[in-house]
Amino acid sequence: MSANITTAQPKKEDKPLTTENNQRSPLAHLASAGRAETPSRSTPVSEVAFEVNNLSCWFGQQQAVYGLNLQIPAKAVTAIIGPSGCGKSTFLRCLNRMHELVRGSRLNGRIRLFGEDVYGPRVDATLVRRRVGMVFQKSNPFPTMSIRENVTVGLRLNGVRQRPVLEERMERALHMAALWDEVKDHLDLPGTSLSGGQQQRLCIARALAVQPEVLLMDEPASALDPIATMKIEELIQELKKDYTIVIVTHNMQQAARCSDYTAFLYLGRLIEYDKTVKIFTNPSNKQTEDYVTGRFG
Amino acid sequence: MNTISPYHTWRKVKNHSMSVLSFACAITVIAPLALVLFYLIKAGASSLDWHFFTQLPKPVGELGGGMANAIVGTLMLLALASFIGVPVGVLGGVYLSEYGSERVNWWIRFGADVLNGVPSIVWGIVAYALVVVPMKGFSAYAGGVALGFMMIPLIIRTTEEVLLLVPNGYREGALALGIPRWKIILRIVMKTALKGIVTGVLLAVARIAGETAPLLFTAFGNRFWTHHLKDPIAALPLQIFSYAISPYDDWHRQAWAGALVLILIIFLINIGVRALTRGKFSGATR
Amino acid sequence: MTVSRGLVGAQLAPSSKVGDRVFKWLTMTMGLSVGALIVLVGFTLWRGASPSVHHFGSRFLTSSTWDPVQEVFGALPFIYGTLVSSLIGLVIAVPLSIGTAVFLTELAPPRLRQPIVSVIEMLSAVPSVIFGLWGIFVLIPWLRVHLFPSLQKLFGFLPLFQGPNYGVSMLAAGIIIAIMILPIITSVSREILRSVPDLQREAAYGLGATRWEVTRIAVLSYAKRGLFGAVVLGLGRALGETMAVTMLIGNRPEISASLLAPGYTLASVIANEFSEATTDLYLSALFEIGLVLFGVTILTNALAQLLIASTAGPKTSRAVQ
Repeated sequence: MSANITTAQPKKEDKPLTTENNQRSPLAHLASAGRAETPSRSTPVSEVAFEVNNLSCWFGQQQAVYGLNLQIPAKAVTAIIGPSGCGKSTFLRCLNRMHELVRGSRLNGRIRLFGEDVYGPRVDATLVRRRVGMVFQKSNPFPTMSIRENVTVGLRLNGVRQRPVLEERMERALHMAALWDEVKDHLDLPGTSLSGGQQQRLCIARALAVQPEVLLMDEPASALDPIATMKIEELIQELKKDYTIVIVTHNMQQAARCSDYTAFLYLGRLIEYDKTVKIFTNPSNKQTEDYVTGRFG
Repeated sequence: MNTISPYHTWRKVKNHSMSVLSFACAITVIAPLALVLFYLIKAGASSLDWHFFTQLPKPVGELGGGMANAIVGTLMLLALASFIGVPVGVLGGVYLSEYGSERVNWWIRFGADVLNGVPSIVWGIVAYALVVVPMKGFSAYAGGVALGFMMIPLIIRTTEEVLLLVPNGYREGALALGIPRWKIILRIVMKTALKGIVTGVLLAVARIAGETAPLLFTAFGNRFWTHHLKDPIAALPLQIFSYAISPYDDWHRQAWAGALVLILIIFLINIGVRALTRGKFSGATR
Repeated sequence: MTVSRGLVGAQLAPSSKVGDRVFKWLTMTMGLSVGALIVLVGFTLWRGASPSVHHFGSRFLTSSTWDPVQEVFGALPFIYGTLVSSLIGLVIAVPLSIGTAVFLTELAPPRLRQPIVSVIEMLSAVPSVIFGLWGIFVLIPWLRVHLFPSLQKLFGFLPLFQGPNYGVSMLAAGIIIAIMILPIITSVSREILRSVPDLQREAAYGLGATRWEVTRIAVLSYAKRGLFGAVVLGLGRALGETMAVTMLIGNRPEISASLLAPGYTLASVIANEFSEATTDLYLSALFEIGLVLFGVTILTNALAQLLIASTAGPKTSRAVQ
């Protein structure tokens, strides 16, 4: 698609960003700058939530991700797109150390969360997962717990016992997940008694209750109807004020709607990573362009 | 195509007679249960009165008396056995489902199946060597050990099966919240599977409630109340056995009554199990 | 700016690592208890049996003298009794069980299936001692008065049915064993037959086979090995049956050609004489009988499990209890 829009380029520091192959798309010359741009921010202080260096990972002998390098900015929404099997979910699970739970899995490279090495020798994975929350494709509220118990389970099972604290956190989390009004009178109903979209927002509230810094979302709306999907997307826009969000989606329109930055993965390699606007209007890479214009995938 | 060959007719006849034959098999398989239950009720029901449930056995030759101590004894032995069998079995099942490697787990499962096939009297011998000999006497403890050991492989397998049915999504969701693994297993996975775990335990209890052989030289039986667990204890199956092979008609009558009580206890447990699992498993299509 | 906004105050403890390790270790110990139990049983039996083993050697298995007074012990009558009674049980039970399994999987209308399956499950829940009780007062009299005289009249020329008719006999024990192993063989056979893929059946139907032919060609022959495993499993169960057999077999340590004669099995002699064993050698001989019983049943059951797993896959062998 031809690029008439020039990307806004306020002053920014140079952050090292690489793409795997610096192919130029025929549209590149239409962009005001012909190379991959560094991400720009509206907030003056730009912070990096995740710094990923040369990340590769395997399932047994099968390599899933090849030498990924990128930086995910804080308090923004970063989308990971790409065709099925390109390693998006695998990459996401490396960020909160869920990949290592698969038997036979292996990982190489370095990931830093706000400067700290996530895979450091003394780092407890459980701690990492408290700072990096995750919402899954299929909502999974615990069936033996009420709505209230579901939201607070992350706190209760980690030693927080005081009732007022739990109540306050729960309320706040449900507010943030835009679910409070719908459930405030039925907090003791089972978590599974909600509709699909509500269950997913319950899972989001559950994840938010432990106050993570980052929220990872693995195709959070793919099992939901359009209205529920819209609610989730609105929610994401609200949440990004306080949280860093990384969302994996196979729905390109969703990525274009929701995210500030987009990374395009193909067959385990990072093809291009840039501001969303640029990826979808004026990608630097031919493969990216082919994908976002629907020529394959 | 208009003439039906005699061979074709023969095939039809064979087909039909095979259907009849297999139906007859099914009837023959059901018949023993009907016969046994019929006689149990016929010979035993009339003896089930208040005395039977509250009195001790009378001395040899005297009529009357009951099996109160045997009924209580059975319940106590079941409790003792569960003390051993349930924790070991359930936690072992947890290991198979949540931890372990392919190879180790295969061997554990194989071992459990092997143990399930060990004749119950052999467990009696083992408990004799382990408990009766050192304690220099028969005891409720010995009986509990024998029955408890029998429960372990049963409960390991049922617990494992039930835990594997818990969808992985719950484990993942909990892990992503940063909850320690052991709390996830204990407070979320096992809680979700609780009904199934209880079912497995109840089935194991029903299995061992009727066991006589392991108690013959461990619990040994007692014509009086047992006041200490280190003493021999009466049990329903033991009492039924000793009365049945005795020469006294009155004891035969009581043996039937005891058998009826025993079967009622077992059937009640099984019905309880079925009530617990109602709706959980859809009927098999074949 | 990288303040960890983790949990309210709580510093995540090394307790989680400790908790994880303790729990894993605890459950692993319980899981490995299975192996410990097998070793325990084998070792206990061996230790108790070794005086007898050393004293009698292989004569124990070949001699048929069982004399507690003289302290001469030979287990051949019990081995014979166990094998023969189990065999009778199998001969009666296997056709009935497999026929019923075929009925349940291939022929029965769905509404009839669940009741029959429930009845068979109930049958398997009846304790051995109750079968024994029923056997003594219902089966034996009927056998003594009706069946055995008829057998003697019809087949009396065979040594199998000669000799005095007491009622308590090898045949009576075999019949009660058959009743007790019917449920297990039926339910395992049924699982095996169910695991035969429908494609096999459809292929046969497509060739114009009748229902029986489909069953014979596509189902039974495919499931042969598994069905054989079910039979071996039934055999394993039969070998270990104690109470009902003890009450019906007559408990006489003699080898006789007649099925109507009393006999004795490995399990029965232990049941009857263990608590009465007066001397150490006597007790040790009984331990050795227990060891033989243990070894035989383990091998039989292991063989059965392997056969079943090879046809139906690991899922079915789990359902077998």
